[in-house]
Amino acid sequence: MFAYLVRRLLFFVPIIFGVMLLTFVLFFVVQSPNATARRVLGQRATPKAIENWLHNRGYDKPLLINQTPGEPWHDSLFLNQMQRLATFDLGASDVTGRPLAEIFREGALPSLLLTVPAFFASLVMSIGLSLYLVFIRNKAVDLAASLLCVMLMSVPVMVYVIFGQFVVAQVLNYFPAFGFQLKGISTVKFLVLPVCLMVVSGLGSEVRLFRALFLEEMGQDYIRTARAKGASTAVVLLRHVLKNGMINLITLLVASLPFLIMGSLLLENFFGIPGLGNVLFSAIQAPDFAVVQASVFLGSLLYLGGLLLTDICYAWADPRIRLQ
Amino acid sequence: MKMLDQIWVQNLCVVAGYSLLGTVLWYGTRSDRWRAAWKRLKADVPGMGALFVIFAYLLVGTLESLTISAESGNLTLLQKLASGVPQEKSYSAPLAKTTLSVAEPKPLKAVHLLGTDALGRDTLVQTLRATRSALWIGGLTSLIYIPLGVLLGMMAGYFRGWVDDVVQFIYSTVAAVPEILMLVAILMVLGKGLGTMAIALGITGWVGMARLIRGETLRQVERPYVAAAKAMGQSHWKILSSHLLPNVMHLVLIKFVLGFSGLVLAEAILSYLGVGVPVGTPSWGAMIDASRSELSREPLVWWNLTASSVALFILVLALNFFGDALRRAFDPKRGE
Amino acid sequence: MLEIRNLSIDFGKGSARVQAVKGINLTIATGETLALVGESGSGKSVTGLALTRLLPEPPAVYSGGEILFDGQDVLKMGAADLRRLRGGKIAYVFQEPSTSLNPVFTIRNQIAEALELHRPEVEDIDAEVVRCLDMVGIVDPAKRLHDYPHQLSGGMQQRVMIAMALACRPQLLVADEPTTALDVTVQAQILDQLRLLKGQVRMGMLLITHNFGIIGGIADRVAVMFRGNIVEEGPTQSVLRDPQHPYTKALIECIPKLGQRRRRLTTIDHSILG
Repeated sequence: MFAYLVRRLLFFVPIIFGVMLLTFVLFFVVQSPNATARRVLGQRATPKAIENWLHNRGYDKPLLINQTPGEPWHDSLFLNQMQRLATFDLGASDVTGRPLAEIFREGALPSLLLTVPAFFASLVMSIGLSLYLVFIRNKAVDLAASLLCVMLMSVPVMVYVIFGQFVVAQVLNYFPAFGFQLKGISTVKFLVLPVCLMVVSGLGSEVRLFRALFLEEMGQDYIRTARAKGASTAVVLLRHVLKNGMINLITLLVASLPFLIMGSLLLENFFGIPGLGNVLFSAIQAPDFAVVQASVFLGSLLYLGGLLLTDICYAWADPRIRLQ
Repeated sequence: MKMLDQIWVQNLCVVAGYSLLGTVLWYGTRSDRWRAAWKRLKADVPGMGALFVIFAYLLVGTLESLTISAESGNLTLLQKLASGVPQEKSYSAPLAKTTLSVAEPKPLKAVHLLGTDALGRDTLVQTLRATRSALWIGGLTSLIYIPLGVLLGMMAGYFRGWVDDVVQFIYSTVAAVPEILMLVAILMVLGKGLGTMAIALGITGWVGMARLIRGETLRQVERPYVAAAKAMGQSHWKILSSHLLPNVMHLVLIKFVLGFSGLVLAEAILSYLGVGVPVGTPSWGAMIDASRSELSREPLVWWNLTASSVALFILVLALNFFGDALRRAFDPKRGE
Repeated sequence: MLEIRNLSIDFGKGSARVQAVKGINLTIATGETLALVGESGSGKSVTGLALTRLLPEPPAVYSGGEILFDGQDVLKMGAADLRRLRGGKIAYVFQEPSTSLNPVFTIRNQIAEALELHRPEVEDIDAEVVRCLDMVGIVDPAKRLHDYPHQLSGGMQQRVMIAMALACRPQLLVADEPTTALDVTVQAQILDQLRLLKGQVRMGMLLITHNFGIIGGIADRVAVMFRGNIVEEGPTQSVLRDPQHPYTKALIECIPKLGQRRRRLTTIDHSILG
């Protein structure tokens, strides 16, 4: 198992390098630093201001290799960027000049408060509902449920948000429609509605996926063995189907990570939660390229971290890998 | 990207798009598997209903995509058809007689079935016009990600070895960046527009297709017919194009339809985030974005949000239904 | 002990309805072994699963007849009675041991599950599991308790399946093609084991197979199934020696015999059989 994890970890190294290369090409080659400066500073910025801006950020260095006599060859934009990312030096905001590490650190807690409960709540609900559907095996209910799932899938996230915010918060006045305070238990009331909306918006596709997965598990030979032993449907589902289904489910879970990022991107702005999604949303409007570039890099590290975590869970849940 | 703004380019694109779809379907009629699937599909009531809805959207989108020159400037066919609908001064509720104003309501020039928006434009017409953005995004992106994904996926599955390693490395790298971040980053750098959006969605979208096709190709290569073709000394290119491609094509079709629904949703979300269609281009996402503030108005303006979300919802739903029906038709054993 | 009367089983509905079992009659006395022989698709496995209503419904429909076990009709039993019957009175061994055992549970836990369901009075579960494994000829069973199925060979896996079936002391063991998925040498070992167990435990057996070659020495009687019907039934030796039905003859012809040279296996001409 240890060898398996080391192998997976080694697989990540070239990918991280690939992501770094990708962001560099996008933000420094496709759009030259000069153009970036123009877009950040506005069309009416003086050449002097642009030159200063570029110099302060080290964006006026040669692109790949420094051939200027007297300067070290590695003092180039590309190599400096690589070095900075490799040491987690994220740089500063294009607009405010604040260090990005600080901005991200501030936004992390509110985002985690939103996404972690949403992740677990939706996991529990999707597994529960899909197991229930497999359990009752009723044709009419099945049909209605799959219809409902497709319908839930077909609504864009922001329509859920607008609807939820309007009906639950404004008309029924149950929860605050907007705002966020980090003050102990009272924070919860600001989070209930966004978390619920995040769960509902992902429910359709997850229930559909999990149900298909559990149904496939139900057709396996060992399920027939369990039933032949005299196990009840509930025991078959909760012991045999769930544990085997979990193994396949774990690999699907990492796929929900990008979905969480999108959820927090759309929801945080709506509800005024000062999280990472909101940071990114403002950066899109600004425009603040440094923030977006760092988000891409951190986002992929997060994804790879999630991937590694699922690999560990996978190995732990499946004795065929654990006992290799 | 400026190319896409030319009228003749747009009109040509519509013709080319339909010809391409026609060619694929015509090829399909020569395959037994496709014919059998079509027979099953015809008996599938929800599937055929969804297909009908999709055709209706296609018609509206096509009308909005074909532009003609008129003395008052360039008009799309849909605008020409709707030229009898007058523009009002401001908001008006569906079927109202006056504009929406508590202080001084002004009489309307005509009755608007779904009301009018902030600029007094008919909501129904705007909603119909927005179909174009959704269909163009779906169509253009499919033109990018399907050939890319199918080609790389088939090559990885067929040649294996280092080709497979390279393809897997590229798609693992692209997949490592959460999709929405990648889209936002690309669109911020390239700028708004249908073309740039299609490129961004194409870059992120081919990964899923390549994975699917690679897996299926790996399975197909094991089949005796590939070994037989190799034994007969056929070239790799010939085996790929005339033996493997027809055997994975139905998967491409299913993925195309289901992917289309995802692209329509993505267009709305990106336009909503402000990195999608340019200002002024009708789009459901942009309409939903604009209607956010309308819900806090007094009296309440709900029809713009409702019209755009319902139009979007029905198209996505129809595509999902049709995609599921296609899957059932091609693989009757697995579908329920 | 077991009496099947006029049992019919259909699959699907409407125009797609297929009759898999067409009104068959069978009996198995206490301690008796009946071999049910037929090619794949003849309805023999369906019959075996039907004994405890294990067929998924839908698509399966029990369209007629009754299955009497100790005088009680299985088809009329409630869910709780059926669960007591399954594993407790009628236990199964299936064809493919590698997929029939749950890959994520240790063999101890899988056998213990059966014990907990039907013999809650057993206190030392580990000891009982070891006893069962020992009975089916697993060497050093205490060391095997915490193994997962994938750590065992195919033959060992099938022994575990048999141990699991025997754990609850059933009155009837349904062995559905128990050796088909195994290597030839292992097949012989498993068959020997079943033969041995028959002598040790007083238990009826329904041996379902397509291979006439394996039933000698185990089966007391044999019933031949063809397209949902039982076409011939009788004591094993007399059927093997003097088959009446042309289908039975063809099946017996297919048994490869030592010291006999044969160019070609007999093929079964279905058109003649009708």
